Amino acid sequence: MLTTRRRFVKKLLALSSYALSLGFSHISLANWLASNFSRQTISQSIAQLFPNQTLQTSDRISLKLPNTAENGSVVPITISSTIPDVDTIYILSEKNPVPLIAQFSIDPDLETYLGARFKMQETCDVIVVLKAKDQYFQVRQKVKVTLGGCGG
Amino acid sequence: MSTIKIRSKRFADHTLVRTLIAHPMETGHNKNNTTGELIPAHFIQTLTFKHNGKVLSQCQMGYGVSKNPFFSFKIKSAKAGDKVSISWQDNLAYSDTQEHIIS
Repeated sequence: MLTTRRRFVKKLLALSSYALSLGFSHISLANWLASNFSRQTISQSIAQLFPNQTLQTSDRISLKLPNTAENGSVVPITISSTIPDVDTIYILSEKNPVPLIAQFSIDPDLETYLGARFKMQETCDVIVVLKAKDQYFQVRQKVKVTLGGCGG
Repeated sequence: MSTIKIRSKRFADHTLVRTLIAHPMETGHNKNNTTGELIPAHFIQTLTFKHNGKVLSQCQMGYGVSKNPFFSFKIKSAKAGDKVSISWQDNLAYSDTQEHIIS
């Protein structure tokens, strides 16, 4: 009884602070789209994120990714690019249950550079897509995973 | 204590900002080893990176991001004394914000 009440009050506090932050800050600009992060295949995910777009393969994106990830639950990635006017960076992993790992908006005051760490279920291609002025550029790199990071 | 650690370093042509967030990033598919019950999903959904109050990057992420997420950004021009801030919100409506002054 006590624990449920405690939990209820905790949730109430959390929810009200969330509502306040939604009302009074710019955080609400970042609407989280559940449909982009649902369990689907990579082709469904790409079709949903980039409808009717061609993803041009570009050599102007450089990825720093390990060729072999011993532990799939922590795969470091560093993305940098010389493509001008990049406004969004997408990171996708081909065989993850949820292919889209994260998407970042990039302000002109930021360099086209991003470092992150993500999980990989199994050996597959990592796809990085950059959006610049309604054009989409992609680069793929295969990462061998010896111990999957999504289940364990 | 804040869940967010921010470090910055100024270089000749950019400022590198690195952040480490303490968060479980549970997928919702893992099982508790002792009880065998599924651990509910608990992961950061949005992250906002600001520089002197201006939003430089907004991130939406799923549970494909590692536990205790790490991110790094490069600001083109930043001076000593500039303020950067990182804030996150997760699917259980918890959130945190941390400010950092570039030295």
